[in-house]
Amino acid sequence: MSHPKKGDKVTFKIEGRTYDGRYGDSLLEQLRKHGYEVPSLCYHEAVSPYGSCRLCLVEVKKGKKQKVTTSCNYPVQEGIEVFVNTEKVRRYRKVVLQLHLSKTPKSKAVRDLAAEYGVMETPYEVQEQDKDNDCVLCGLCSRVCDEIVHVSAISFTGRGQNKRMQSPYDETAEACIGCGACVYVCPTDCIGLQESDGIRHIEKWHRDLPLQTCEKCGKQFFPTFMLMEFSKRTGISKDQLNICPACRNSVV
Amino acid sequence: MDDTKLNTILDKHHRDPAELLAILMDIQAVENYLPKDDMKQVAKELKIPFSKVYSMATFFATFSLEPRGKHICTVCMGTACHVRGAARLVDQVQRDFEVEAGGTTDDMFLTLETVNCVGACALGPLMIVDGEYHGNMDAGKLDRVLRKLKKQDAKE
Repeated sequence: MSHPKKGDKVTFKIEGRTYDGRYGDSLLEQLRKHGYEVPSLCYHEAVSPYGSCRLCLVEVKKGKKQKVTTSCNYPVQEGIEVFVNTEKVRRYRKVVLQLHLSKTPKSKAVRDLAAEYGVMETPYEVQEQDKDNDCVLCGLCSRVCDEIVHVSAISFTGRGQNKRMQSPYDETAEACIGCGACVYVCPTDCIGLQESDGIRHIEKWHRDLPLQTCEKCGKQFFPTFMLMEFSKRTGISKDQLNICPACRNSVV
Repeated sequence: MDDTKLNTILDKHHRDPAELLAILMDIQAVENYLPKDDMKQVAKELKIPFSKVYSMATFFATFSLEPRGKHICTVCMGTACHVRGAARLVDQVQRDFEVEAGGTTDDMFLTLETVNCVGACALGPLMIVDGEYHGNMDAGKLDRVLRKLKKQDAKE
């Protein structure tokens, strides 16, 4: 038998029902596609899976072996059997949520998810440094910045207890174009984007960027720096980009 | 670091982003720490984001982002060394040189670092001074090693 290739047709079972899929598909994506509810914080279909939040745990039976594993970065394979909501999985998820609560005790997203599993408080010690930090270190922001925006303004720094998501030296992220994709994708809304007096301010990356004023309606819309970057990449002249999306649509 | 020196290091590693770790180590071997400007230059030359270089520099305990002293004294704090009194060695250096673990003396003479095992447990407690391994350390031996350093320095 030859080794299966990515994209080969496979059949597998979820909770006893048979489904078709492609070899190498994300198991989490397949589960959600077929209507099974699996919680997650660090997964987004637009970027590569990372498996850091440990919430998408499911039980997978392959041959004689059965194990609990993260479904987001588990490739769908021929003949596997998946169990989404077993006693074991729920128990594991509860512990993971308790650990999340000790790391980000104030995050609303984490609290809500924990409450769904009946986890109201954590038996683990809450470190002083974590109390006001809502970042779950899922890495979604840097993956989006890297894979979608192709800017990589931010990255993980340090490791272990000192692991943080930061701009280099925790100073102004000079590569940041202020697109706000990281803010959009963040599961705990901990990055913080404000716009005031014609300046877009992204708190966590210490980035301030002046906003462009629309030549038609006079409204401020995107950071000028971002439009310049767009112009450089697409070859569309800067003048064309100086009109806000709403006005551009009305012209058409 | 001037450009020619940096370019020599980069050329030695074929300007390959996969060899970033080795490049950073070579820079640190010359500069004693990783200067911000050099890391920026490396990122530019290798065409990789600065954040990736910084990420690697902060991941490994070997790298220092701040200037370190002329001499570097590393005390092993692994389990074997720990039970044989590594903490006492650290205390002694801290007291004698008025330096915190991880810090540098005001006159930039000595940097005291702690690591979590150098893999020479049979020699514990172990101390590395400027790349030279000193095994089976005790208070007297430590005193001798560091006094020798000071003497050497006075001569120069």
